[in-house]
Amino acid sequence: MKTMKNLMILLAAVSLIAVSCRPKGSKQAISGDAASKAYVAPGEYDQFYNFVSGGFSGQMSVYGLPSGRLFRVIPVFSVDPEKGWGYSEETKPMLMTSHGFVPWDDLHHVEMSQTNGEQNGKWAFGNANNTPRVARIDLKTFRTAEIIELPNSAGNHSSPFGTENTEYVVAGTRFSVPGDNQNGDVPISTYKENFKGHISFISVNQETGAMDLAFQIRTPGVNFDLARCGRAKSHGWMFFSCYNSEMANTLLEVNASKNDKDFIMAVNWKKAEEYLKAGQAEKVAVKYAHNVWDEATHTGIHTIKNEVLVLDAAKLKDICYFIPCPKSPHGCDVDPTGEYIVGSGKLAALLPVFSFDKIIKAIENKEFETEFGGIPVIKYEAALYGEVEKPGLGPLHTEFDANGYAYTSMFVSSEVVKWNVKDLKVVDRVPTYYSVGHLCVPGGNTRKPFGKYVIAYNKITKDRYLPTGPELTQSAQLYDISGEKMQLILDFPTIGEPHYAQASPTDLIKNNGQLKIYKIEDNKHPYVTKSEADCKVVREGNKVHVYMITIRSHITPDNIEGIKVGDEVYFHITNLEQDWDIPHGFAVKGANTAELLIMPGETVTLKWNPDRVGIFPMYCTDFCSALHQEMQGYVRVSPAGSNVPLYYHTGETVTP
Amino acid sequence: MNYKLFFGTVVCVALMSCGGKTETTGASNESGNTTTTTSHNPNEYDPKRGLGKFTEENVIVDAALNKEMATRGEVSANTKCISCHKLTDERLVGPGWKDVTKRHAAHWILNFITNPDPMIDKDPQLQAQLEICLVRMPNQNLTDDEARDIYEFMRKNDGIN
Repeated sequence: MKTMKNLMILLAAVSLIAVSCRPKGSKQAISGDAASKAYVAPGEYDQFYNFVSGGFSGQMSVYGLPSGRLFRVIPVFSVDPEKGWGYSEETKPMLMTSHGFVPWDDLHHVEMSQTNGEQNGKWAFGNANNTPRVARIDLKTFRTAEIIELPNSAGNHSSPFGTENTEYVVAGTRFSVPGDNQNGDVPISTYKENFKGHISFISVNQETGAMDLAFQIRTPGVNFDLARCGRAKSHGWMFFSCYNSEMANTLLEVNASKNDKDFIMAVNWKKAEEYLKAGQAEKVAVKYAHNVWDEATHTGIHTIKNEVLVLDAAKLKDICYFIPCPKSPHGCDVDPTGEYIVGSGKLAALLPVFSFDKIIKAIENKEFETEFGGIPVIKYEAALYGEVEKPGLGPLHTEFDANGYAYTSMFVSSEVVKWNVKDLKVVDRVPTYYSVGHLCVPGGNTRKPFGKYVIAYNKITKDRYLPTGPELTQSAQLYDISGEKMQLILDFPTIGEPHYAQASPTDLIKNNGQLKIYKIEDNKHPYVTKSEADCKVVREGNKVHVYMITIRSHITPDNIEGIKVGDEVYFHITNLEQDWDIPHGFAVKGANTAELLIMPGETVTLKWNPDRVGIFPMYCTDFCSALHQEMQGYVRVSPAGSNVPLYYHTGETVTP
Repeated sequence: MNYKLFFGTVVCVALMSCGGKTETTGASNESGNTTTTTSHNPNEYDPKRGLGKFTEENVIVDAALNKEMATRGEVSANTKCISCHKLTDERLVGPGWKDVTKRHAAHWILNFITNPDPMIDKDPQLQAQLEICLVRMPNQNLTDDEARDIYEFMRKNDGIN
């Protein structure tokens, strides 16, 4: 009896501990009306599209706000067998680089295109952090339309932040490395001598979105982290956060955290344009890929380019200026007026806010404390507007609302801190669960923030969701910021690791001329088939081209004979449907590739190398009608050298 | 053609036909396949006319075949129709086209091929057909002119010279 009692006490104690283990405040943070604020009734639309980086998935995901519902994962830098991205013959060129075909990358940041400092709903840009690239996603099709590789770069982290009219998106190298045309076979310990930074300015055609690597600026060998454009009065400037001003090449955790201050680098890109015009740029031989999606032929076109224009910041003294910024700054964010630049030193205990007017005055009066790698360093006080004292631990990134408030994420203390940009006073703070990275306020990087919500993208989810083994879902948290106090209203899981994200009002995207079908009349694919009568199978040596169509619910031709082991078979499939939301899929047994998903009016090609004799079924993989299960066919594969004639048919059983 | 007016009519029709059920009219309106009717009593489905912008008055068919239209219609039909319809009376996915112009009025056919989904939902003959074919005729996003050309090709197929 006594042991029983003891056991009871022990159990009670254990359960008490279990309860108290839960992080403080995680339940209290939710108030009664949270659910109704995040609720979007079935059939209703969300208020915002949220374009979220897919991190190490390499993709970009699209959520609705405030519901947190996932609408689409847009394949960008990684292959996606579900959609055939990187598997169909047409999409393979999009993932080509100077290193050949690269099936994966790490997409960190999202940037929406702008006009006059406001979102225009045309394109979203994403960066590849590993093999340095920038992608442009067309928001009429939600497809990757263009990918450009960046020479002289390694780890394109400080990217793809854009200017006020998307004149440029930038790409600052995270790793400084020897330039591509230098001898890179050098001891790593010669970092200070041989390693250089490069930041790329990619011009964007305002009408078509076409990207071009306009120029690069060569800088001292620091690490570039994030960037933000100047806006309104500071239009024409770009601000980059830099760390590793120690120029360490090993154990950066310690060795790149020694200096009290690293830098924000202010770049006068209008001035850089002048130098470019005046012929001051070096032509540097490099090799980089430029891949463009052609809408008319439904095909990616891969080109290798061989030259880039480079401006040297140390030689051309008035393009770049360093501003000291405490302790390894990550965020480097400009408020809607363009006057205030917030540095978020992730190891600092304060947030410096710099004044654009003061920076300009300091440059005019040459208030420099020293030079770093040939670049003037402005005196800290000469550029400083003020400091937010004790905002929290590990400030990372800041976004803005339209009412003069800034929201800064605190990685170490896991919170969002709201503060007044003018008087630099903290007015509110809320916990995040846990270790928040970037924040997003819809339009929070523009002249006209839409406000309403702030979303925290977290690095750790721990106990927030049902356990799923060692690997847990990634996560975001949605806060209502329409009142004085921030209010947590929703947790939602995300794919990959969500770094930065941006959000657009529903109407801006929904009414941008969304494409519903590809018009079959406009299809210029070299292997398009526009009618049943044109379906055919053509042999060219060991290459066999199958001109195939799909429509509810049959494949034509669906009986194919005369294929031989060793052949290279190309199924060029045109979806003849002209109705929204009626894709067909295609797969053939044993093919060493993924399925195809073919949108209405589109032509897509699957390559198949039949490896053995037999009958190989093929079928439609995307449910299309009540007779979807009947949408199938057969390929007969005969031995190499067999004399079975080429034969194809649909609809009548004929013995060949 | 006054599109705005038509659109307004659609909304009215949709509202009237709601009958207490929640219908997702938004989706069909936004797909650009605007449904419309100028019938005097919009509550009643007229199986002779169908549902759409075409009426006995606004579809003009000459006694003689317009060969140019029929030729264009054949090209469009090959891409958008012939995968599922034979020119004989034999059913493939959908019914064969032989004599279709004798079975249905011109404006009914034009309404159906430009506006299939709402008509399949309402038309007793089409519902009976659906029970046989089990595949709803896809909306192939035909323009008005394309539809009219295809109709002329159907007439040619039915022996009009």
